[in-house]
Amino acid sequence: MSDARDAAGTKTAHIAAAFEASLRRMRAIFVKEFIQLRRDRVTFAMIVGIPLIQLLLFGFAINTDPKHLPTALLVQDDGPLARSLVAALRATDYFDIEAMAAGEADADRLILSNKAQFVIDIPPDFDRRLIRGEKPPLLVVADATDPTATSGAIAAVIGAANTALDRELKGPLAHLAQSAPPFELRIQRRYNPAGETRRNIVPGLIGTILTMTMLIYTGLSVTRELERGTMEALLAMPVRPTEIMLGKISPYVVVGAVQMATILIVATLLFGVPVVGSLWLLVPLALLFIIANLSVGYTFSTVAVNQLQAIQLTFFFFLPSILLSGFMFPFRGMPVWAQYLGECLPLTHFLRIVRSVMLKGSGFGDLAVDTGALALFTLVAMSIAIARFRQTLD
Amino acid sequence: MTAPDIAIEAEGLTKSFDGKKVVDNLSLRVQRGRIHGFLGPNGSGKTTTIRMLCGLLTPDSGRGSCLGYDIRTQQDQIKRKVGYMTQRFSLYSDLTVRENLEFIARIYDLETPERAATEAIRRLDLESHAEQLAGELSGGWKQRLALGACILPNPALLLLDEPTAGVDPKARRDFWDEIHHLASQGLTVLVSTHYMDEAERCHEIAYIAEGRLLAQGLIAEIVAKSGLSTYVVTGPGLDELADRLKTTAGVDMVAPFGAALHVAGRDAARLAEIARDLGKDAPQAWVPDAATLEDVFIDLMSHLERGPDVGRA
Repeated sequence: MSDARDAAGTKTAHIAAAFEASLRRMRAIFVKEFIQLRRDRVTFAMIVGIPLIQLLLFGFAINTDPKHLPTALLVQDDGPLARSLVAALRATDYFDIEAMAAGEADADRLILSNKAQFVIDIPPDFDRRLIRGEKPPLLVVADATDPTATSGAIAAVIGAANTALDRELKGPLAHLAQSAPPFELRIQRRYNPAGETRRNIVPGLIGTILTMTMLIYTGLSVTRELERGTMEALLAMPVRPTEIMLGKISPYVVVGAVQMATILIVATLLFGVPVVGSLWLLVPLALLFIIANLSVGYTFSTVAVNQLQAIQLTFFFFLPSILLSGFMFPFRGMPVWAQYLGECLPLTHFLRIVRSVMLKGSGFGDLAVDTGALALFTLVAMSIAIARFRQTLD
Repeated sequence: MTAPDIAIEAEGLTKSFDGKKVVDNLSLRVQRGRIHGFLGPNGSGKTTTIRMLCGLLTPDSGRGSCLGYDIRTQQDQIKRKVGYMTQRFSLYSDLTVRENLEFIARIYDLETPERAATEAIRRLDLESHAEQLAGELSGGWKQRLALGACILPNPALLLLDEPTAGVDPKARRDFWDEIHHLASQGLTVLVSTHYMDEAERCHEIAYIAEGRLLAQGLIAEIVAKSGLSTYVVTGPGLDELADRLKTTAGVDMVAPFGAALHVAGRDAARLAEIARDLGKDAPQAWVPDAATLEDVFIDLMSHLERGPDVGRA
């Protein structure tokens, strides 16, 4: 009996000893990993830096109820009642009157080129018809390609309209203020009448998915050669940095084109997102966007010393691209500084292009600024990459 | 200006990494059509020197030329005319042998890359491996492919950085036969190695340690210049004897070679005396012999360890 207990005791002691030995080996690995982590200074910096920067950035920047949206006025009757109505809308803080449209065509152009998100259209004889009790229409046209960005403003219009004229309609006109508003508020959610979020999200996904995949492809291209030791031989050959860069980027332009075609087909067939504008405009601009992202990835690849760093840099770029470009949250809801940051991201410009072409049918003239921004971005990224490319092993 | 029969000429090359001099005031001269051995222990600066010669590193100071092109300003021309075989296998392991060769042929802008690759495969006897991924080749075949890739663009100068490291003796011998064949066709070869038998297959050698050139020239010259006289000692108890000799004045070098001990000294008379004294009534036999290249190098190295200013050739 006691023998058995001894045996059991010895066995327990063995297990305990084995467990302790296992812990010691685990500790050896732990210490080794920690030393390696500490040696890789860039990674170490990113461990602290990435969460902190992004938390501060997005915490302050993201706002799903944007105010001060650019609005164009189409005033066809400049009477005191119309003016006080506009003043009331302004007072909601949702509308910043930034342009006076000369006519309906001009108003359309402002919306197509993303210069205005709203057009407030005061029809001719508004005052006169209102006083006569004819309930004249007040037309508010909203660019509903981003329903999140417009819903708050639309709600505010309705609220403001109900109280706007209370002050004006006094004395002989008091009877007009009695019932419902003495005019008819017509809200037109243009390009997305049902306010479907997917109409906004699906075109945006084209840009987001392309950003992600393209960055990774070229992000690894130089570091992979460094890690595998093939870079030394490549550098000893008579090939120039520009040739290496363009040679490495170009196959992925084809890959990107295939990806885009796939997403576009699924978007139209499965999600029913229309392509209102011209494909012949969308495809070349998308290719430009693909090249812009490939250049960024390639630039990261020339900065990073190993593949892990390259991937971290890629994510460092990808997250703001999603959050500050207007993909997830309304661009116009962000504070000005964050909007400036967003303007530096290719995805911001491409989202405007892809949404405008697919949903609104904008033409090249409406998108020239965004196209120029993409081209400039590509040029800058490529120049940095060429300057950064180490032609020697020094 | 470099004379036309000189392939490599370097003067006072110096290169530091993180404040440590890896190559220190190194001068080198290699004649066209010769096989020049580049010897030295690990970390002696061989790879750094070779990289400076082919334009992959910029020297901190000093000047040099390869095939008449300045290594600081004319790297592009050098790259076109120099084949550099890296120490680590640096072809694409996820491309086949043929694809690797075609890639190189295209980079060097050869007229018919496919044909150039096919010819190289035939010349290298790689037909049976042509469609295999380069990464799956054995060490010997990898090395053969790497050499083939180097000579594909018809360079005038080959820089080979420890090409035979990790390769079996048969493949090593074949490799050296190929090098001699190439040299006979007018190619200049600078090859770094640790192996003494390989050093002896070179026309000339340069020996560097701690970034400095210790000896350069024909093997016979270097051995003669060292002024070493050598005894080969055989018999029992050599390890104890070696320990004793290391502290004996007049003995400059003691090194075991297989079952024998090489004992060398600069003062021939003194060494003969030691041999006579120790050989008498001892189980070991002392036989005078010509100094070998290895004796000379071990001697040079031990001088370097003892003091920084001795041993400069």
